[in-house]
Amino acid sequence: MLYFAPWKTTLIALLCLAGLVFTIPNFLSEQTADGLPDWLPHKQVNLGLDLQGGSHLLLEVEAGVVVQERLNALVDSVRPALRGKRIGYRDLGLRGTAVTVTIRKPEQLDLAVEEIKKLSVPVQGNVSGMPGARDIEVAVVNGNQINVTLTEEAIQERRRSAIEQSIEIVRRRIDELGTREPTIQRQGEDRILVQVPGLQDPERLKAILGKTAKMVFRLVDLTISPAQILAGGRTPPGSELLESDERNPDGSPVDMYVVRKRVMVSGDTLVDSSATFQDNMPVVSFRFDSIGAKRFGDATLKNVRKPFAIVLDKRVISAPVIREPILGGTGIISGNFSVQEVQDLSLLLRAGALPAPLKILEERTVGPALGADSVAAGKIACVIAFIAVMVFMALAYGLFGLAADLALLINLFLIMGALSILQATLTLPGIAGIVLTIGMAVDANVLVFERIREEIRTGKTPFAAMEAGYRRALGTILDANFTTLIAAVILFAMGSGPIKGFAITLGIGIITSVFTAVVVTRLMLVFWLRRTRPAALPI
Amino acid sequence: MFQIKLVPEKTNVPFINWRKPAMVCSAILVVVSLILAFSPGLNFGIDFRGGILIEVQTSGPANLSDMRSNLGGLGLGEVSLQEFGAADTVLIRIEKQPGDAAAQQAAVSKVRGALGNGLDYRRTEFVGPKVSGELIEAGAIAIVLAVVLMLIYIWFRFEWHFGVGAVVALVHDVALSIGMFAATQMEFNLSTIAALLTIVGYSINDTVVVYDRVRENLRKYKTKSLPDVLNLAINDTLSRTTMTSVTTLLALVVLFVFGGAVIQGFVFAMIWGVIVGTYSSIFIAAPLLIVLGLGDRHRKGEDRSDDKRVAKSTS
Repeated sequence: MLYFAPWKTTLIALLCLAGLVFTIPNFLSEQTADGLPDWLPHKQVNLGLDLQGGSHLLLEVEAGVVVQERLNALVDSVRPALRGKRIGYRDLGLRGTAVTVTIRKPEQLDLAVEEIKKLSVPVQGNVSGMPGARDIEVAVVNGNQINVTLTEEAIQERRRSAIEQSIEIVRRRIDELGTREPTIQRQGEDRILVQVPGLQDPERLKAILGKTAKMVFRLVDLTISPAQILAGGRTPPGSELLESDERNPDGSPVDMYVVRKRVMVSGDTLVDSSATFQDNMPVVSFRFDSIGAKRFGDATLKNVRKPFAIVLDKRVISAPVIREPILGGTGIISGNFSVQEVQDLSLLLRAGALPAPLKILEERTVGPALGADSVAAGKIACVIAFIAVMVFMALAYGLFGLAADLALLINLFLIMGALSILQATLTLPGIAGIVLTIGMAVDANVLVFERIREEIRTGKTPFAAMEAGYRRALGTILDANFTTLIAAVILFAMGSGPIKGFAITLGIGIITSVFTAVVVTRLMLVFWLRRTRPAALPI
Repeated sequence: MFQIKLVPEKTNVPFINWRKPAMVCSAILVVVSLILAFSPGLNFGIDFRGGILIEVQTSGPANLSDMRSNLGGLGLGEVSLQEFGAADTVLIRIEKQPGDAAAQQAAVSKVRGALGNGLDYRRTEFVGPKVSGELIEAGAIAIVLAVVLMLIYIWFRFEWHFGVGAVVALVHDVALSIGMFAATQMEFNLSTIAALLTIVGYSINDTVVVYDRVRENLRKYKTKSLPDVLNLAINDTLSRTTMTSVTTLLALVVLFVFGGAVIQGFVFAMIWGVIVGTYSSIFIAAPLLIVLGLGDRHRKGEDRSDDKRVAKSTS
């Protein structure tokens, strides 16, 4: 235990030096660290959201909505399909997850099934691996009733692509916000984890992610006024009553509109959109692709002097009157907007609509001030705890205690160095983990030192006592620390965010503290022992 | 040179003789903890209960009653305000809102609207019911998994008596820690789970050190009775046990005082856990080896123990 081969000594010294070198950038300002020559490490420890401020959002894609939409679309297309072949039917509708329809004449049943089968579309991605798999199954039940259901593959595929698209759209929207280093990851089946550090306005982030942003252009129904409907009038079939997006201070809509359900042009044909000014009012300008431009041109040509509604997520943003046909494929949306509102609206239109709404399941936002306070408090606690433990060790074990103190200092460098290399995230509980490690790191030394004392009491020489002390304590140290490591690993695997940060520092701390206590302290003490050859150990 | 000696060089404290009162005392405490955990119950934070937590800092000392009446009129159900660490910092807790996720977000906006922009929103946390349920589950699984893995490890490294003894001591520590949280009504949240797991790690660390010495002494002193061997092991490691506990507590107390209000609950749990863990290694884990019937295998036919329970449990 007391002999170190020269290569081992060198290796140990190099490891300690590496810890120091990798720690240094953390004591420099970010600019200085970045300006270091390339051969020097310049990575700093990543601060968690709780230390640098930022937002953590766990979103759920309501992917069931896209399946529901497909079913609704099926109902809408079964109708013209049957009518087109003059097939008499009744009771067409959605029952649970199936579209059902009853055919009046049994002899038309086969034709109806055939027509409905034509409505299927191929499953994208082809999960089953079978070429040409279709997305619906048509079955005849109870003699003349037809049940149309989506196949399991089709449902899975729709959900999968909805989630993937959502992640893409979320990424685009957040990138548009211009924040630095956002994290956007899929989590589990249908969740998206969004972490945005250093955000000034977390409410805006939520507002932007909370909108599906499906924009459509629809005609306003002038046959009846909203007031008449509110007074009990019947909404014409094919139209609906919509609220204005603009709100009164109490949250109620400023205005109501009767709008035709049929979509004139859909917003997914937009190719660009930006916030600008018109007559000193903030407005959103947009541009269609060629298909959208043609449709928009045709629709405006046919409906000059009629109002149309720009509807975003079932709310009317504005309802201008078409003064003349708009054939150029560009337009503007004006209304009672603030600059921020037009910026957000154009951002949403640029980034595109979400295939399904997002639900915020969890939010943790920390302001930059609290983060800075936590860092400051953590630093102070670390330094004081460090000094307290060092003084205590020196008083308890004298020279040996000082060796342990030096090892403790090296330990701290190794932890910081390891965190920097691994680019692990340091969180507030992580700082607590470091402080706890300081307390526990001396444990291994204490075990050894107490053991050496015992060996001295049995009358051993300094060399023999050291040798026996280290050898006997080693098994205990490894057993004791391995069990704590189990706890750290489980915390890492099960925990999230800040807790994971705690597990990382605790785990790294356990490994480095065993190394420094067992190897580094021993090296120092052996060196001292060989030089001075004391008659008795000062412990 | 002046030296601290927390424990005299050679001690012979008859810890093992106190095992019966200690075990009775611990059993009572565990039962009381469990009762407290049911009534009044744990004060679950939003991590486990769902709901909204907002920390704000005002420019001057916060006027709690003003804010309370201000927020009370919003119709958000139970709203609790609490000064947090400093006079100008207020923690606002709002219970889970009926309705979907949008209703929760609406509540956050309402609070922001009512309080205005004149103050600093230091922290906003919202946990939906779905996630809070999963967090409880993950936390419970983590603790059980940790305990089981440690049981297996110690079983593997020692013998089953040690594994079971260590795990009983662990369960004791976790139970008393939960009891402490129930008794003080301190908030029980995700970081509490982390603290509990660390307590588990620390306590097992302590127990393993004592057990290691027990194993060594069992081989060394083949003629000594088991209680004597245990007592010797505890006394041999007593100096280390106290030194380590004191240094760890030293670091934790510093963290408690200087680490800021956010982690105070976390650190408090660990301070308590270190105390309980140290106690249980000495008074629970070691004596349990007698109850579990260790010893007869090591000294076949030469059991000199005067303890009737050993004789009984070996049959």
